[in-house]
Amino acid sequence: MSKQRIVVVGNGMVGHRFIENLAESSSADNLDIITFSEEPRLAYDRVQLSAYFSGSTAEDLALTDEGYYRDNGVNFVLNDKVVSINKADKVVITASGREEKYDKLVLATGSYPFVPPIPGKDQDHCLVYRTIEDLEAMTASAKVSKVGVVVGGGLLGLEAANALTNLGLETHIVEFAPRLMAVQLDEGGGTLLRRKIEDLGLTVHTEKNTQEIVAGESCRYRMNFADGSFLETDMVLFSAGIRPQDELAREFDLEIGERGGIVINNQCQTSDENIYAIGECALWDGKIFGLVAPGYTMAKVAVSHITGGSNGSTEEFTGADMSTKLKLLGVDVASVGDAHGNTPGAKSYVYNDEVNEVYKRLIVSEDSSRLLGAVLVGDVEAYGNLLQFKLNDMDLPETPEALIAPALGDVPAMGVDALPDSAQICSCYDVSKGAICSAVQNGCTDVGAIKAETSAANGCGGCAAMVKQVVDSELTNLGVEVCNDICEHFAYSRQELADIIRIKGITTFSKLLSEYGSGLGCEICKPTVGSILASYSNEYILKKEHIGLQDTNDVYLGNMQKDGTYSVVPRVPGGEITPEKLIVLGEVAKEYDLYTKVTGGQRIDLFGAQLHELPEIWRKLIDAGFETGHAYGKSLRTVKSCVGSTWCRFGVQDSVSMAIAIEDRYKGLRSPHKTKMAVSGCTRECAEAQSKDVGIIATENGWNLYVCGNGGMRPRHADLFATDLDDETLIKYVDRFFMFYIRTADRLQRTSVWLENLEGGLDYLKEVIIDDKLGICGELESEMTKVVGTYQCEWKTTIENPEKLKRFSHFINADEPDSALAFVEVRGQRRPATEEEKITAIEIVE
Amino acid sequence: MSTAISTEWISVCQDNDLIENTGLCALHDGEQVAIFKISLSENSAYDQDIYAISNYDPIGKANVLSRGLLGNIGDHLVVASPLYKQHFDLITGECLEDSEQNIKTYEVRRFNNEIQLKKTVQ
Repeated sequence: MSKQRIVVVGNGMVGHRFIENLAESSSADNLDIITFSEEPRLAYDRVQLSAYFSGSTAEDLALTDEGYYRDNGVNFVLNDKVVSINKADKVVITASGREEKYDKLVLATGSYPFVPPIPGKDQDHCLVYRTIEDLEAMTASAKVSKVGVVVGGGLLGLEAANALTNLGLETHIVEFAPRLMAVQLDEGGGTLLRRKIEDLGLTVHTEKNTQEIVAGESCRYRMNFADGSFLETDMVLFSAGIRPQDELAREFDLEIGERGGIVINNQCQTSDENIYAIGECALWDGKIFGLVAPGYTMAKVAVSHITGGSNGSTEEFTGADMSTKLKLLGVDVASVGDAHGNTPGAKSYVYNDEVNEVYKRLIVSEDSSRLLGAVLVGDVEAYGNLLQFKLNDMDLPETPEALIAPALGDVPAMGVDALPDSAQICSCYDVSKGAICSAVQNGCTDVGAIKAETSAANGCGGCAAMVKQVVDSELTNLGVEVCNDICEHFAYSRQELADIIRIKGITTFSKLLSEYGSGLGCEICKPTVGSILASYSNEYILKKEHIGLQDTNDVYLGNMQKDGTYSVVPRVPGGEITPEKLIVLGEVAKEYDLYTKVTGGQRIDLFGAQLHELPEIWRKLIDAGFETGHAYGKSLRTVKSCVGSTWCRFGVQDSVSMAIAIEDRYKGLRSPHKTKMAVSGCTRECAEAQSKDVGIIATENGWNLYVCGNGGMRPRHADLFATDLDDETLIKYVDRFFMFYIRTADRLQRTSVWLENLEGGLDYLKEVIIDDKLGICGELESEMTKVVGTYQCEWKTTIENPEKLKRFSHFINADEPDSALAFVEVRGQRRPATEEEKITAIEIVE
Repeated sequence: MSTAISTEWISVCQDNDLIENTGLCALHDGEQVAIFKISLSENSAYDQDIYAISNYDPIGKANVLSRGLLGNIGDHLVVASPLYKQHFDLITGECLEDSEQNIKTYEVRRFNNEIQLKKTVQ
């Protein structure tokens, strides 16, 4: 049987999702998939488009890469547009003349920005906001502009206004309707949104009908409005809505709606049964869905229909909920269902707090038993609950107003228990409550694990709080007591122990144990407490009262290898090293026959040192100007850097100097787990800063700060945290970031997992670190100042202390090494012998 | 010819060589012995503060146990191997994770500020 050929026209978010679903379906092996895109790149995240202006690159926005398509046997053709459909022979032809036969054709052509027919709209610097190319045009225009106007005060218009603000323009929003976001918000919500946006320095002009764009006096252009007023601007950005991209379907006689859109049925088929349409180009029941979630649902339905579904039953598209929650220009806005109360008999509850700028309206049915809709501005915490009431048509509580009233007493939680298993919790990845519960039953016990297993909360993240509620509730249902106790000796979590130590000023394990614990301690709590004490008191870790707390590596200030020998890693700040120092490393390695390897962190690792050799080796290294590299500690390891502007033709900042400065600042800082940093001198990112706990990338104007990246076992791209920082602000944020991590993370939790489990996620972290929401930034900074001020090279302290040196011998009562050690040579250096090799060696000797 | 088995105590180090809550390794009669000192509090469950077991970790296959962390797991007074963290009972030599990997224990005492191990002489 020959494979079924599926041709997908358009590789936007929905087209890509369709291919993903298809490639993951059980019929994938019997399909031949090819997709065409008129854009020069594969699908990217248009929802996050504005992030491009806060430092994200096209790669950051990418939803997929060529490797994924190749691995899944999906053919793709970029920069080529399908221009013709021969329905009878089932063939499509592209602009370049390429012909492809199809069994099923899927149109995912999306939409295009609507530009009102205003005279003067086609001039230079009159732009739209849809693709990465549009963004590039905006960036270019912004360089020669001071003032920018967005035409359209809807959702996309406000996104675009945000972009203009980020580009540094004086920004105006011109809206035809009497208020902003007229579709999603009622008058009260729109009014407050406007006030908040104007507080940010933008100017909003409502009820303005642009008549023409002509040459300006103070600016490049003047927009003349119907009421006789005008506005001068250098750039005009149209964002007045979208129109379905139905040109191809129209030309080749598929049924088109009166006002555009390719008509589809519940299976997403067009008027030709072998042609499907999905996403913003499709018209279902007279409606175009301009959000990504309904497009994803259509993609799923079309896949199900084409592949015959699972167990013979296929899914149907039966409309979509258009509720939304988003942050526009930093303002939280959400809209659920019938936000205008247009349903006959609808009644409202309104909460309007002008002091704190919060507006909430609940629209309920005539008998107050059902939620019809809601508008939330300034505080959208209730969104998740409200949406579930609406989607699942659930009974409202006796006092529905409590759902939006400020928490003055007990908050009547809806309780996720009340939700049916089918309730959709994550709309980006269509994850139901049932799917989350079964993941919990299969052993996922925290939000991080659920994200990895089900993808829930991996999209916009809006459902994260709800996901956590479902997880906690399911754990309770399963009778799992959520126990955060660190071990049998302390009935506290690591965070609680850190709080106790910090607030009570405890400086020894024995005091903590006698006041807050029991027993003797163990290999879990001792190093944990040792680390916390070091983070706050920063005393010499081999001090009598601390030495018993130190784990395998810390206790001998080296990394124990499989045979009980140690590796030695001196600090090489920023990876910069003089030839003299390099020679010393070579000489020491040669003298002690140490296996030598360059590390991933731009340092040199010397393996195979025995206990008694460690002090001798370190004395030589310290004499040559080296310091300990803390490779043995749960602490800052290295700050990797590229060579930066001093040598590189492309560098825009001196990344090496910055790397050395921060390595110098944070060296020796002990934390819940090891931390790594990197500094890149330009956006080429040669230091791979986005895979580090703290990554710093130079910009023309300063530094972009990335946080919570990780390489290793579970790679995670770091999140952009702040942009264009000066040196001082950068250090301030990193200080706060590290100390907040130290204060709140679990034991052995890297920053990446910490962030994934942090309630409120990246936004919350920004609020804490940048906005000082918790009022603790002063404390965090002084805690860091203390650590920085009490730094010592632990090896220097050790070799100056004869008492401490006694421990550095294999036997206390004999001057000989461990006789069990054996080595074999490989590629000119030695490595530990395996057990088999040891046996053979002994036999030969005998 | 005497067939009597006698014992003698051999000093391996000074008491103050042994830092509380850590261990060290002594060469004793050709064997590597890990000796540990725990801190006894007033109401401690243990009547002795020094212990001696084999220094060889049979799971990690290296002479490293003297460098492990001390503590208790339930009623067991243990050292955790510095390599892979299995627990060995300081009193019985039992490996808590795998009873086939139990290790040898030694009699140890403090005598005139010296730490002594018992040696069996034939």
